[in-house]
Amino acid sequence: MIRESQDVIVKTLARLLVPFIVIYALYVVMHGHHSPGGGFQGGVILAASFVLLAISQGLDKIRQRLSEKTAGILSSLGVLIYAGIGLLCLLLGGKYLDYGKLSKLLPVEPAQARSLGILGVEIGVALAVMAVMCLIVFTIFSFDEDSGGDE
Amino acid sequence: MKIFSLISAVVVGVALIYGTMDMPEWGDPNSPASTHVSPYYLEHSIEHAATPNVVTTVLADYRGYDTLGETTVIFTAGIAVVLLLRKRRKTGGEDDE
Repeated sequence: MIRESQDVIVKTLARLLVPFIVIYALYVVMHGHHSPGGGFQGGVILAASFVLLAISQGLDKIRQRLSEKTAGILSSLGVLIYAGIGLLCLLLGGKYLDYGKLSKLLPVEPAQARSLGILGVEIGVALAVMAVMCLIVFTIFSFDEDSGGDE
Repeated sequence: MKIFSLISAVVVGVALIYGTMDMPEWGDPNSPASTHVSPYYLEHSIEHAATPNVVTTVLADYRGYDTLGETTVIFTAGIAVVLLLRKRRKTGGEDDE
């Protein structure tokens, strides 16, 4: 169990850093088309911001923001977005994960639609990776709560 | 039995190492991998998917099915960790539930 840090420097610095980490993670996800990056990397950076908050502010405070139940739902949602975009292409008359067919729904060229489809699945991947990383870290952090047995 | 395992491990290892002798050199431009799909992806990435980063195009578009599998693997790993390590709500209370 990670308790709230008593050090004011650690707490303040972590609080200051988190917004920048989140912005950078979103940048890595959204800019995967033009630079190294994408869903996996961005998702892990996003999870890192939650882990930094957890080890500085205490696990209980973070659980109020992102409970294990929410994280589980988000991770399933990420995979669902990915598989759902694939299924949508199937329903629009293409092959599974053939994003070009999304141009029937979006007002863009098929090539642009494929670019947007890539962005969509990257967001799904980022959600899934972020939620799974948070879930694993939270679960391992709270593992020793078992031994107490007074809850 | 142990000596049999050792012999089979050595035989398979030697066979695998012998198999690598025929592999093309690392980064060989004339290898089948570099003459077949790689140039196709590099030349058509912009035209097909309007994405300058070819790695992203290959990862999420041309090989999208593979990436879907990777995401599912990560999801499954997370669920497995939670199922194995989650703290039990009622410790010591065996009679309820």
